[in-house]
Amino acid sequence: MNKILLWFNQTGSPERFDRFAARWATPAFVVALSFMLIGIYGALLVVPADYKQGEVFRILYIHVPAAWMSLMIFVIMAIQSAIALIWRIKLCELIAIASAPIGAMFTAITLISGAVWGKPTWGTWWTWDPRLTSELVLLFLYLAVIGLYHAIEDRRAAGRAAGFLCLVGVVNVPIVHFAVTWWNTLHQGETIRLIGPSKMDHSMLWPLLLMVVATKLWYIGSVLVRTRALNLEHESSKHWAQQRYGAQP
Amino acid sequence: MREFGHLLRRDFAIMWHRRGQAVQPMLFALMVCVLFPLSQGSEPSALAASASAVIWVAHLLASLLVLDDLYRSDFEDGSLEQLLLSPIPLPLVIASKIAVHWFSTALPMLLITPLLSALLFLPDGLLPVLILGLFLGSLLMCLIGAIMAALTLGVSRSGLLLALLALPMYVPVLVFGAGSVWAASQGLPWLGGIWLLCAGLVLLLVIAPLAAASALRIALN
Repeated sequence: MNKILLWFNQTGSPERFDRFAARWATPAFVVALSFMLIGIYGALLVVPADYKQGEVFRILYIHVPAAWMSLMIFVIMAIQSAIALIWRIKLCELIAIASAPIGAMFTAITLISGAVWGKPTWGTWWTWDPRLTSELVLLFLYLAVIGLYHAIEDRRAAGRAAGFLCLVGVVNVPIVHFAVTWWNTLHQGETIRLIGPSKMDHSMLWPLLLMVVATKLWYIGSVLVRTRALNLEHESSKHWAQQRYGAQP
Repeated sequence: MREFGHLLRRDFAIMWHRRGQAVQPMLFALMVCVLFPLSQGSEPSALAASASAVIWVAHLLASLLVLDDLYRSDFEDGSLEQLLLSPIPLPLVIASKIAVHWFSTALPMLLITPLLSALLFLPDGLLPVLILGLFLGSLLMCLIGAIMAALTLGVSRSGLLLALLALPMYVPVLVFGAGSVWAASQGLPWLGGIWLLCAGLVLLLVIAPLAAASALRIALN
């Protein structure tokens, strides 16, 4: 077996994962926090104000990374659930469940920062714009996954049901997106592209990139901590957990 | 296929036995449509502007309320588990249940839609578009709802949770269905939304029973 595959298989075991998560969560948080501090400093103080929107555009450095995370986390949840349902890897199920509150939080941040941004620029907190509406539906989907997980008594069945909902939900996300695109829009189009030239000036771009990396690392740290807690909850009766954390059998 | 016929006959017999219940969603939709003029004021032109939207939402809410009945009674008397163990493929069992569910809940509501539209002064000429959209939409909602209801079967009091799960999934159906009526009222071509609903229906007719079957196996272990 090649090395990467072996690593994945080994880290997939609850015991090894516990050690892995305990080791890497703190570094991820530390790096994320320092990137975030530099990024926010750059965004608030270094970067020049926008020629059209003035100072208010600086909220972009929160809004855009959070919006990207809100979509990415749902896709990650769906992939993890698919792996869990197909290959019955319990840890993937836990990762999917642990991601849900983080994703919901990022979605909420996106909506709130968007509303704060919308008031001075569009003159309204909320508009029934396709992007806003599909983001709101995404928040409902996150809440549905969390709600379903907590409603079912049996932890194992709860994890599987919530995972299944992630899969159905991820199919729904693009459908909702295209359904509501039929309405007229106020939200601006894409500014930043991975491929091809961005429409954003370089002097404004670097704090955004820092924030993008920082939110990813924050998610990693957060998901490690949360998954570790869930994992220990599931494995609390196992020998290794009792031995490592000194519980009396 | 013979088994499917037997299943359908069984589900229809049970439905016929409880035919009184079919009135309930109908009454509920009617009441929502009655509450609306009471809260908005009875100006016919104002009511006409929002009539199709209110009727769509009334249908959607009524179908949500009865969604839990889809498997609940079979689950409680244990016959669902027997069907699960039987050699008949589970998706077929579910397909028969969905069909009967549609006949017993959505069809009565469709039948009183002309009455609802008269109550709310729906502009002339929109009724066929509305009925067509509701016909496709109610089928879609039954199919989507079957997946969601299967997921929440293990939860004892699942009413609100089921609504929370199903509503985000109903969003595209509502947007295209209600959107086609809106387009027709503006004199725009309205068939686009209807075709998309048809496409969704074809897809879900195949996928939904399979997905509901795996959700049911998850819920019942």
